[in-house]
Amino acid sequence: MVDMTTLGDDAIAAKGWFKSHKFLILRRLSQLGILALFLTGPWFGIWIVKGNLASNLTLDVLPLTDPYVLLQASLSGVVPETAAIIGVAIVLVFYYLVGGRVYCSWVCPVNMVTDLAAWLRRKLGIRTTSQISRSTRYWMLALTLILPLVVAGGIIWELVNPVSMMFRGIVFGMGAAWIMILGIFLFDLIVAKDGWCGHICPVGAFYNLVGSKSLLRVNALDRQACNDCMECYVVCPEPQVIKPALKGEKKGLSPVILSSDCTNCGRCIDICAPEVFSYGGRHAKKIDEYKREGEINRGVRA
Amino acid sequence: MSETERKNEINRRQFLGNMLKTACGVGLVGMGLGAYSKRASSLPADYIRPPGALPEEDFLGACIRCGLCVRDCPYDILFLGEVGDEVATGTPYFIARTGPCEMCEEIPCVVACPTNALDHDLKDIEDSRMGLAVLIDQESCIAFHGLRCEVCFNICPIRGRAISLDMQHNPRSGKHALFIPVVHSDACTGCGLCERACILEEAAIKVFPMHLAKGELGKHYRLGWKEKEKAGKALVTPDTEHRYNLPEGVRYDLQGEGLIIDGEAEETPFSSNPLDTLNSGFMDK
Repeated sequence: MVDMTTLGDDAIAAKGWFKSHKFLILRRLSQLGILALFLTGPWFGIWIVKGNLASNLTLDVLPLTDPYVLLQASLSGVVPETAAIIGVAIVLVFYYLVGGRVYCSWVCPVNMVTDLAAWLRRKLGIRTTSQISRSTRYWMLALTLILPLVVAGGIIWELVNPVSMMFRGIVFGMGAAWIMILGIFLFDLIVAKDGWCGHICPVGAFYNLVGSKSLLRVNALDRQACNDCMECYVVCPEPQVIKPALKGEKKGLSPVILSSDCTNCGRCIDICAPEVFSYGGRHAKKIDEYKREGEINRGVRA
Repeated sequence: MSETERKNEINRRQFLGNMLKTACGVGLVGMGLGAYSKRASSLPADYIRPPGALPEEDFLGACIRCGLCVRDCPYDILFLGEVGDEVATGTPYFIARTGPCEMCEEIPCVVACPTNALDHDLKDIEDSRMGLAVLIDQESCIAFHGLRCEVCFNICPIRGRAISLDMQHNPRSGKHALFIPVVHSDACTGCGLCERACILEEAAIKVFPMHLAKGELGKHYRLGWKEKEKAGKALVTPDTEHRYNLPEGVRYDLQGEGLIIDGEAEETPFSSNPLDTLNSGFMDK
């Protein structure tokens, strides 16, 4: 069992504080920076990006549109404008390349809420688990795509979607949406570990599918260096993705984390003292190549 | 397969059980969402959609709640519905009394819309129908008291056509006119400038969403005179001319001369000159 009071200490000792929090800091800068781009307009009158994550316009030239929302709109019978189609294409290509769930860990504002809940769980030692399956999110995704087809009244998921609600709330006005955000926080804190992002959120499920063959992946290329401290499993929001890459050498599995559940958040890279993990391409190393190299490395180390 | 591995494997019964549980849970969520959407998709009377908005049901399917229309409105009158508002969350609206549409010629809000929820076919702002102004309270509108106001008439951007003044007799003074504002739905865009301008504490003229403001004639109704105009002739068999049962040489003209006696008018017992009658006795002697 990992000792929560010393979680991360090894990494700090080995690499220093900054390097063991590097991607965490970068992610927060990314999440807050994206919000800031939308807020300079309404706050200071400097218009960089107009709109919100559903659809926006950067510097009056670059349109970006959320493919998930536009898909729901299309299912309710809408023919979008050209700008929206271009915007969707750009977004899809981007997430196809860097990993769909980069949206979850580097863009989505709810991630800061659920990360805070997960951090508090560790600090307070809350160990409750629930029976919710991780595949629930795909059922939710299917539901949100069926609803516009069968129920009159349009994009029904967007009436309650906490992801768009939080971002729109910050940029345009929150109303009572904070209650939903508080609800998600408490759900993640008390009911289920990574309950919202890891089990229920259909937005994440959609981006998961978008990035299922993405090029940028986290890998455990240096997996022989693993000292079995288990800390990566503790901080990872989707810990089931680590094992095949980290411990799959005997089974001949690739050291690249191939599961598209992985959010490419890089917490495993930060927390790992022996620096097993790194970002790399999907085909960073062919497995045979890796093995050969591994033998050489082992020879060197011995 | 080792014993521990077998324990970790889930069997078919567990798999189906779990799946059913998830499906039921998500199904329940779906029913809840469906029911909630019914309530959430009713448009309250004072929430007016931007120009070019599709009919409400289509609009809710087309609007992706991005707020680009809000950003491109130069008068900052548009807002996105917040959780707790009566309007569907994230959808744009304006409140005529506090911030009416100024009817920009270029319609920037429509141009900004990425999904055609605000119809890009709308090129002339005067063709937009955001709602309809209704003079809802004749009891408090001071024009009906015989006072001169006409603020709504004068502020109207389609002055004279969307709101006209109908002059009526003032029965209180007996010698003045009432200048009654009358809204015409064939020109009114529902911009709401009149509602904001109304001088009363609570506006007597208000803009309502179309479905609240307008009545609708039964679909089976045909107005005879219009049908006649269209067809160029009467569509029913004309009435046969009525024939009165009168003595020969006598006609009757309804709504005209009355009884007409053709031919010798002299045959009447009385002359048209009353003196003839008075003198008749002398003449005989």
